[in-house]
Amino acid sequence: MLCQECGKRPATLHFTKIVNGEKNEFHICETCAREKGEMLPGTSGGFSIHSLLSGLLDFETAGKGAASSVKAPQSQRCEECGMTYSQFSKIGRFGCSSCYKYFGDRLDPLFKRVHGNTVHVGKVPKRSGGRIQLKRRIDDLKLELQQRIQQEEFEEAAQLRDQIRNLEKEMAGQ
Amino acid sequence: MPNLRFTEKALSEWMRGTANDSDIVISSRVRIARNLQHLPFPLLATRQQSEEVLSRLAPVPEKQNMKSIGTFYAIKLDDIEPLDKKVLVEKHLISPSLASESQNGAVLISEDESVSIMINEEDHLRIQCLYPGFQVREAWEKATSIDDLFEAEVDYAFDDKRGYLTSCPTNVGTGLRASVMMHLPALVMTQQINRILSAVSQVGLTVRGIYGEGSEAIGNLFQISNQITLGQTENEIIDNLHSVVLQIIEHEKNARTRLMNDSRLRITDRIKRSYGILSFAEVLDSKEAGQRLSDVRLGIDLGIVQGPSIPVMNELNVMTQPGFLQKKYGHDMNSEERDIYRARLIRETLAKA
Repeated sequence: MLCQECGKRPATLHFTKIVNGEKNEFHICETCAREKGEMLPGTSGGFSIHSLLSGLLDFETAGKGAASSVKAPQSQRCEECGMTYSQFSKIGRFGCSSCYKYFGDRLDPLFKRVHGNTVHVGKVPKRSGGRIQLKRRIDDLKLELQQRIQQEEFEEAAQLRDQIRNLEKEMAGQ
Repeated sequence: MPNLRFTEKALSEWMRGTANDSDIVISSRVRIARNLQHLPFPLLATRQQSEEVLSRLAPVPEKQNMKSIGTFYAIKLDDIEPLDKKVLVEKHLISPSLASESQNGAVLISEDESVSIMINEEDHLRIQCLYPGFQVREAWEKATSIDDLFEAEVDYAFDDKRGYLTSCPTNVGTGLRASVMMHLPALVMTQQINRILSAVSQVGLTVRGIYGEGSEAIGNLFQISNQITLGQTENEIIDNLHSVVLQIIEHEKNARTRLMNDSRLRITDRIKRSYGILSFAEVLDSKEAGQRLSDVRLGIDLGIVQGPSIPVMNELNVMTQPGFLQKKYGHDMNSEERDIYRARLIRETLAKA
């Protein structure tokens, strides 16, 4: 695909920009991206995936505006490495693994946009993985428990509750 | 100086192998990103912290007895010349960012150069496996087994919800980037390539030039990789890439057949002209060299060119890069000089083939 700006070089950057529900697709080369810096949020000088990401992040905060009140804002700052959310949104990279914890659910829209998903379902580490797999099972059972209760199948629900209790004990023991 | 072995020869040992569909898929690569618990990512790490990362990760192949995978050679980026770094990048053994901006950056390279383990790149640990031809599953199997060996020694930053935590949000979850390098001259010639590449980007895959992000597609070589790392299992990611690449192979094959049926004379002429130019030219810039090498590679695949083999073409793709040229002839060159030496190297190589 050729760059839609210059029509000469191959387009290496592909992204969709949605402003007020109006969707625009861009297919441009790096040279034009640099020249057109102002049309892409968050670009200055070198253009990279990180600045593109930070564009998404800026947009998120800009788009929210005053009208949509956010519920109790989560920590703006990672207590571990000191990176603030606004720094993260400029750089497009986390400072340490605890940033994920401190920025919490605020990251969901970003992950949704980049990956279409927010929750990992792949490989888990072998050593610490046993606990995680147990947790995945407990979560599944809890979900089933809710359904049983809603359907007023209390006998099955009681069994599930016991099962969950046992697993939780097992997990606490580990 | 163990690094000399990796920068003197252009063709990695692993590239000599052949595999299914290696006329269209040149190589397959898998990279997984991992980080250690309780240490900031390289972006924010102090010199002391990055040193700690290095000292925890570098001895793992030794401790875990990774001999069955290969003998590993450790190279600290601070210890080698800029030109050697360039060559390692051109051979895809390290990333440009490890070469230019890492602190306490290091790489562990297996003897046949099919595995390279980068330390203190954007993430603490990046395990990369390269295979010739279309073997992305095999590459994943090897990478995940190396990952297990590291995990036996160190605690990874892992979160129940987000998976493996990485510095860049585009890698979080599996930390997996699987890619194949494809040679697609017939799809380019028949102008179907744009349609196919934009279709590819709609199924969660991305297309790049051969040297990664932002690089141009030189010589009809395209690198296709997964974009999504979160919310899909590793097998889903690999299978998705696999099935899309299979379809692209099919399209390229059909395009080649159609070209040969409809315009055999023009294609044969074009390929032989390029072979002639590569065999005799005195000056070749990298763009022209890339295009002509692509023509000759296609000529070999179609049985029009006899003589040079596909491994020779792979070798020339690396040898004609700026870093390797300067390394080979032992001095710095401006771009005009490089064009002269590039032409000479191609001439001499083809004369021997």
